[in-house]
Amino acid sequence: MKTNLNSKEVILKAKNKIIQKIEKLGKPIKVMEFCGGHTHAIMRYGIDKLLKGYIEFIHGPGCPVCVASMDRIDLAIELAKIPNTIFTTYGDLLRVPGSYRKSLLDIRALGCDVRSLYSCLEAFDIALQNPNKNVVFFAIGFETTTPPTSVLLKKAKEHKLKNLFVVSNHVMTLPAIRYILNSGISHIDGIIGPGHVSVITGMKIYEEFDIPIVISGFEAFDILKAINMLLDQRIKGERKVENAYTRAVTEEGNKEAQKLIEETLDIREDFNWRGIGNLPKSALKINDDYEMFDAEKVFDVKLPASKEHPLCICPKVITGVSKPIDCKLFGNICTPENPIGSCMVSSEGACAAYYKYQEVELCM
Amino acid sequence: MYVKLSHGGGAKETRELIDKIFLKHLKNELLTNEDATILSLEGKVAITTDSFTVSPIFFKGGDIGKLSVAGIVNDLSVMGAKPLYMSMGFIIEEGLSFEELEKIVISIKEEASKTDIKLITADTKVVPKGFCDKIYINATGIGRVVKIGISSSNLKEGDVLIVSGPIGNHGAVIMAHRNDFDIDINSDCASLWEAIEPLLNEDIEIHAMRDLTRGGLASVVNEFAKSSKVEILLNEEDIPIEPSVRGFCEILGIEPYSLACEGTFIMAIPKNDVEKAFNILKSHKLTNSAKVVGEVIKEGKEGAYIKTLYGSTRYLEEAPGEMLPRIC
Repeated sequence: MKTNLNSKEVILKAKNKIIQKIEKLGKPIKVMEFCGGHTHAIMRYGIDKLLKGYIEFIHGPGCPVCVASMDRIDLAIELAKIPNTIFTTYGDLLRVPGSYRKSLLDIRALGCDVRSLYSCLEAFDIALQNPNKNVVFFAIGFETTTPPTSVLLKKAKEHKLKNLFVVSNHVMTLPAIRYILNSGISHIDGIIGPGHVSVITGMKIYEEFDIPIVISGFEAFDILKAINMLLDQRIKGERKVENAYTRAVTEEGNKEAQKLIEETLDIREDFNWRGIGNLPKSALKINDDYEMFDAEKVFDVKLPASKEHPLCICPKVITGVSKPIDCKLFGNICTPENPIGSCMVSSEGACAAYYKYQEVELCM
Repeated sequence: MYVKLSHGGGAKETRELIDKIFLKHLKNELLTNEDATILSLEGKVAITTDSFTVSPIFFKGGDIGKLSVAGIVNDLSVMGAKPLYMSMGFIIEEGLSFEELEKIVISIKEEASKTDIKLITADTKVVPKGFCDKIYINATGIGRVVKIGISSSNLKEGDVLIVSGPIGNHGAVIMAHRNDFDIDINSDCASLWEAIEPLLNEDIEIHAMRDLTRGGLASVVNEFAKSSKVEILLNEEDIPIEPSVRGFCEILGIEPYSLACEGTFIMAIPKNDVEKAFNILKSHKLTNSAKVVGEVIKEGKEGAYIKTLYGSTRYLEEAPGEMLPRIC
């Protein structure tokens, strides 16, 4: 008989196991979920409420839209404003306001051709169908979305496309984890490791870290399983990398995808992360073999001096120092309809997840 | 053959388009070539208007023609009115093929015949390429009220909320089409009068009824809460959603509760009438998977909440603006 792994019975059983283990440890623990997809799942399933008092979730910087610095958002907006341009990117980014409080959706309403893609390869088709227009794909994401960008670049070169350009904003997971752990900004007892990212990178890459790490999928039972495994490590005093997402993640990852990245992209010396600032060798740029497609080299745009809202604490939320509810703007001035900071924009952002899934105490 | 600007000129070619396509299928004794249609109406009358701009115009489970009729029929039905007449204005982009246009008109005819609603006045305009997306239809419907008192400001403490079938299918289908996904989901687009009529005729105290269109379940429940100043609690476990729609939402990172439906409704009735209602709901194919999804827990303050599968309670948030798929 098939068991529904997300059924109430299975989940509550896993919860009870966690509580027993915490009682054995004698104190609650702090777990960082690196990935925004996990933050979203934890809030959506109410796992944080289920384990209140036992597990404190520290939300990590793994939301690609949230960590995109203001100057990158401004770059996107300025590129989209160039006449004769079709600007394409992934959905969530469209809502992020730039320095002048205007988002890509706002400038689309003013007449710019801004399109949301599900697959970046749609940009290739758009470029073919519109030979007289410049098509810009604003690539964003961690290792999960990087290989498709590489495929797009290769396809563009193969077909000798002259009107397709790419901005690489791809960031890497390891430098961000290193930053969080080495800076000591927040105390963490264990990490729920990225799921989709690890499908590409493999789980071996996390071996350098001296902390319990368990790679997890995105279902409620995946996350509870990962927490149980983290607790087992804590109880035994171990610090190793384990895999609770064996149906998707392997030791070595997707070699083919890794090769594609290597062939098309190079590591940037410097890259600005929202909330972190400059993080050396943490992002990828288009390499010299594909530079004719590099929008940053082809187009010369003037960017405004980027400015953040003075009260927005996204930087602290991204690094796990503060919780969304610590922000004065949260829920009253900053809402998903009118986001001030990027964490309220993306469905993977901690603020959006808190807003959407905040607990209600009903007096009945 | 395709529609040209000259078909909108008002002269011979316009008449040709009207005769060959519209009147060919939709002709009835009230649809004449006068400037206005004269009607005799008695008693309380309900009137509604809606514009249909769906893209793509043909989708799994329907098209813009079927959608327009069903949309009008459903808006009247949920207000307790028997749909009688409708008007339609067609704004057509030049270049639309006669074949596609005729398909849409045939759909209108077929869908209207299910409820016996008559098209009694219509208009066509042709706009240059790029000025609209193939075809837009504005429709107005008139119905005779057979049950009074149904209103979104009429929910009472203790009312039970019933959803007539699985939610989100239409929204999922449209999103899938727009993103070129090949999924095995059909739009729920359907005229609900035949399913709603027996509920209106039965002795059931229907406090509120709404078809779940744009904004989906989340929007309607929030609107109920606001208009009636009540607190509503839904139970996530009980909300009917097809597994394929659920899977689709998981992949795109969107909430099924905010996806549009076009042939599904929600109603609020007193607990005592639930059994009577289900006897009727279960006997009709459009509503036989109806479920109780929640209740009005309190009066005096507005609030829409959902109890999650694992026991915590959160706000039932409406989706902000456009639905955009998440990144990874």
